[in-house]
Amino acid sequence: MNIHRVNQATPGASLGIASVTSWRGKLRAVFLRSEAIRGYTLLSPTLVVMMFGMCAPFAIMVAVSFWTQHAFDFDTTFTLGRYQDVIDKPIYMALMLRSLAISGACTVVTVLLAYPMAYYVAFHVHRHKLIWIILMTLPFWTSYLLRVFAWKVILGFNGVINSGLKGLGLIEQPLEFLLYSPTAVVITLAHAWAAFAILPIYVSLEKIDRSLLEAATDLGDGPVKRFLGVTLPLSLPGIIAATLLIFIPTVGDYVTPALVGGPSGIMLANNIQAQFGKVNDWPMGAALAMAMMITVAVISVVYIWVTRKAAGRIV
Amino acid sequence: MGDAQGGGANRMREVSYIERSNRPLHVYALMYLAFLYIPVLFLPLFSFNDAVYAAFPLKGFTTKWYEQMLASEPMFAALTNSIKVGATTALLATVLGIFGAKAVTRYRMPGKQPVVFVIMLPLVIPGIILGVALLILVTRLGINLSLYTVTLGHILISVPFAMATLIPRFEGFDKSMEEASADLGANAWSTFWRVTLPMVFPGVLASYLLCFTISFDEFIMAFFLAGTDPTLPIFIWGQLRFPLLLPRVLALGACILAVSFVLVFIAQWLARPGAIRSLDSRP
Repeated sequence: MNIHRVNQATPGASLGIASVTSWRGKLRAVFLRSEAIRGYTLLSPTLVVMMFGMCAPFAIMVAVSFWTQHAFDFDTTFTLGRYQDVIDKPIYMALMLRSLAISGACTVVTVLLAYPMAYYVAFHVHRHKLIWIILMTLPFWTSYLLRVFAWKVILGFNGVINSGLKGLGLIEQPLEFLLYSPTAVVITLAHAWAAFAILPIYVSLEKIDRSLLEAATDLGDGPVKRFLGVTLPLSLPGIIAATLLIFIPTVGDYVTPALVGGPSGIMLANNIQAQFGKVNDWPMGAALAMAMMITVAVISVVYIWVTRKAAGRIV
Repeated sequence: MGDAQGGGANRMREVSYIERSNRPLHVYALMYLAFLYIPVLFLPLFSFNDAVYAAFPLKGFTTKWYEQMLASEPMFAALTNSIKVGATTALLATVLGIFGAKAVTRYRMPGKQPVVFVIMLPLVIPGIILGVALLILVTRLGINLSLYTVTLGHILISVPFAMATLIPRFEGFDKSMEEASADLGANAWSTFWRVTLPMVFPGVLASYLLCFTISFDEFIMAFFLAGTDPTLPIFIWGQLRFPLLLPRVLALGACILAVSFVLVFIAQWLARPGAIRSLDSRP
């Protein structure tokens, strides 16, 4: 006790060897006794890297969003001017709304397309299930850029669809609406993010206790009623996770709009990228990024809250 | 594929009637797989086509795009950069993932959930936001953009995947093995080297391969954080502006896809026992 107090009082002072070892011994004892401390010590390298890697960039981005760009330097006087611009200049609001609309549409399309697939693997595949899961997720791991590029090749003016249809004599002129439109962006994103929808929905379907379904059938529910009354509500957590896992990242996508979107498919992220590139207004870019993050966070929280409420009413 | 319906008739009685085979759903599933794979397969198809434009009808078979691609010096420079970044990212992210996965699975810790949430956060943050935020940070700190800054960005987005791959592996083996080793007098370090690591090694290898693939294919972070040395996706992005170079990009893309598919398939296969266990664990 005494030694301990001395150490606390003069941490930097020269100490006797004995006191150091007993101080260490005490620390070691506390360390070994507490599972939480040992756990956090083991976790600390990962946690420190991730915390620093996430917090420091965000802190400085928030700071920059309150500054002003002067040629190649910043005026660090605090100003809300950039946020004022986000609200006042119609271009930013329009881009924000379009981004939300496109990724909203893409989220709905992806989840609707993926649900039957996940359902099939969860309920109707009995052998080689792992192969199916690997097959469904494999494309996700391959280059995002190349997958988007593949759609450019398919939807292009002289692309696979147009040249194919022309070759078959079905069309005279290439279909121009295919490439460089919001539709092209939605199709490409629905393809690119498929795995993010399939996996969470599959996991939630796989977890459903099969006896509940049998009970519903025994009590006279037909397949449709059974699905709406049991399967769908129980897979809701998977649907919610899938929706968020797709909606949040796609709002910020700029590769797909840049490659297949054309002028009418440009999204907010393309503008943010330009602010850090040729426009060279970093505070504006930072403010737009913040605005995007806050909007997405608010939408996600409201969405979770509403679906929880709705689910609570059903179940 | 055939066994799904073929065995269906026989198994009809054993399998619950809820899970009986459903022909339209089966067709839908196959169409969905086609939707997932066919777009990607157009890249290799047109990379062997003897025409500058990727369009039907096919003109003839050629390997000249591959020859041109292999003769490109900048392509090899970018490839080397990507391999360096990928190998370093995968190593560091996997090591961090091992620390994280062991801590999360072996210790009861208050506040574990929010902590894991923070570590997994990069999964749901739009790439562009993390990218520009890191760009601002490194430039404010006066660090020059280089392959190191790209690696930093890639580690941040790879750690959640490393954790997600490793956690099931750590959960999958019996904790008593480690306890036995400790009881027999091994210290924490040798228990880890001689018991834990060999048991989780397939997961570690899977995590390494997945993180390597993520980094190797990653574009958005690299776009903001790369200096004058491009990684392979940045190089490809630059090439896309020139229509005449398209076939070469197709050839390069086909090679990258082939390598990614093989690496990821190996990784998923390595992570398999854990996956099977979690599938079989249902009541």
